[in-house]
Amino acid sequence: MFEFEFMRLAFAAGAVIGLLAPAVGFFLVQRRMSLIGDGIGHVAFAGVAAGLLLGISPLLTALVAAVLGGVAIEWLRSQRHAAGDQALALVFYTGIAGGVVLVSLAGSLNVNLFQYLFGSILTVTREDVVVVSILGGVGLLSIALLYRALCAVVLDEEGARVAGVPVTPLNVAVAALAAVTVALSMRIVGVLLIAALMVLPVSAAMRVAWSMRSALALSLAGGLVSVLCGLTLAYYADLPPGGTIVLVAAALVLAATFGGRLRSRPG
Amino acid sequence: MSAAAVELEGVSFGYGGGPLVLRGVDLRVVEGEFVAIAGPNGGGKTTLIRLALGLERPVAGRALLFGEPAHAFSRRRTLGYLAQRSKLGTEAPATVREVVAAGRMATGRLLGRLRAGDRRMIDEAISRVGLEGRADSPLHTLSGGQQQRAFIAKALAAEPSLLVLDEPTAGVDAEAQETLAELLAHLHEELAATILYVSHEFGAVERYVQRLLLVNGAIVFDGKPSELPDIWHDPSHLHV
Repeated sequence: MFEFEFMRLAFAAGAVIGLLAPAVGFFLVQRRMSLIGDGIGHVAFAGVAAGLLLGISPLLTALVAAVLGGVAIEWLRSQRHAAGDQALALVFYTGIAGGVVLVSLAGSLNVNLFQYLFGSILTVTREDVVVVSILGGVGLLSIALLYRALCAVVLDEEGARVAGVPVTPLNVAVAALAAVTVALSMRIVGVLLIAALMVLPVSAAMRVAWSMRSALALSLAGGLVSVLCGLTLAYYADLPPGGTIVLVAAALVLAATFGGRLRSRPG
Repeated sequence: MSAAAVELEGVSFGYGGGPLVLRGVDLRVVEGEFVAIAGPNGGGKTTLIRLALGLERPVAGRALLFGEPAHAFSRRRTLGYLAQRSKLGTEAPATVREVVAAGRMATGRLLGRLRAGDRRMIDEAISRVGLEGRADSPLHTLSGGQQQRAFIAKALAAEPSLLVLDEPTAGVDAEAQETLAELLAHLHEELAATILYVSHEFGAVERYVQRLLLVNGAIVFDGKPSELPDIWHDPSHLHV
């Protein structure tokens, strides 16, 4: 399959996304904010629609919309203007409603839009791979540098705040990274399914991990395996890549659950 | 007269402009004191320490930490705080060592790896709470009491001059409560730190603390535990 350039490009972008999505998702899952990726995904949809309406790059408009949506969710939550789930619901529904209206105005309810919603191997361009690699690399480097601080917030947010750790900027940084991940991943996994790639590999890893560090490493490995196996299956079985990748990730969760139980069985 | 660690002067507070949870609170805790703060649920114990730590701003009066306005305290790294159990990430797949390492976050370096001095303090804090044999065990394999000790070690790893514990014995069995109280008494003696211990009941630490505060919308008792009228010995009877 690597004789085709579109597959090489899809694998290159997919490998970065397979690492970045669970790396960001790891800190969301630990803070019980697993669905934030979904909320941001729906805002990104509005961004795609705006791009189609304005005739500019949907990737760019989705990136801007997703970052604004992610920061808005975190701000609403931290200011206690709304409970976490209500903040998410507000951004979630505003995003999808805005997207539907903009798509209708743009007259773009067509195959082009569906590629963003559900992902498509054929849509990845060389320019996309460059953007995904640069922004994905920056995202992964940020997480590596902030790892200890992010763990401190996950383990005891109030304690970290008392001790002077800049908790709010760190939470906003994670929300912004989640937004960047959603925008970068929508070509391959689709905006409706990207949140799954942020959550399922982490969920699988947590069932068999023995420390934070091992859980993060296993999450990255699970994300990478999901994307690479999912793309391969999608190519040979002519399946939609987003759905196939997420189903592989779900299978990993099942396998980890089974494996975790075997390991903890006495005797 | 010893320097004050915590000072509240005429402090009143209500959440989001709502009814006052605390009214006209005056409190001075000097450095090195071990103080229990008890009272019924909803009486304002947690609010009182949140004001003392600068996590909330009073609607009236002022809160000082070591002589500075609490909300703008410049030496936050010297504060150790154990939040209520429900707010701790006890379900994260962390080991005891990773939990305690989080307590070294405040010591200056936000980015990058731990230094040798940090690792030494982490090991020391783990052994102070008697968990050296479980340092690399995942938190979820520990009992509730051991988990609380791990989080106390996290607070100790910052070498705090003020240690504040909010309901550290909630959900912990009687034996573990006793162990925890002995540990705190030992730490107070050894570290000479100021300790504020918040609990809806104070039986476990009664023998060790120098001072007891009962809080129910205001400070309704402030003195030695032995001076507490019998009727208030069960703080759930504060309404009597």
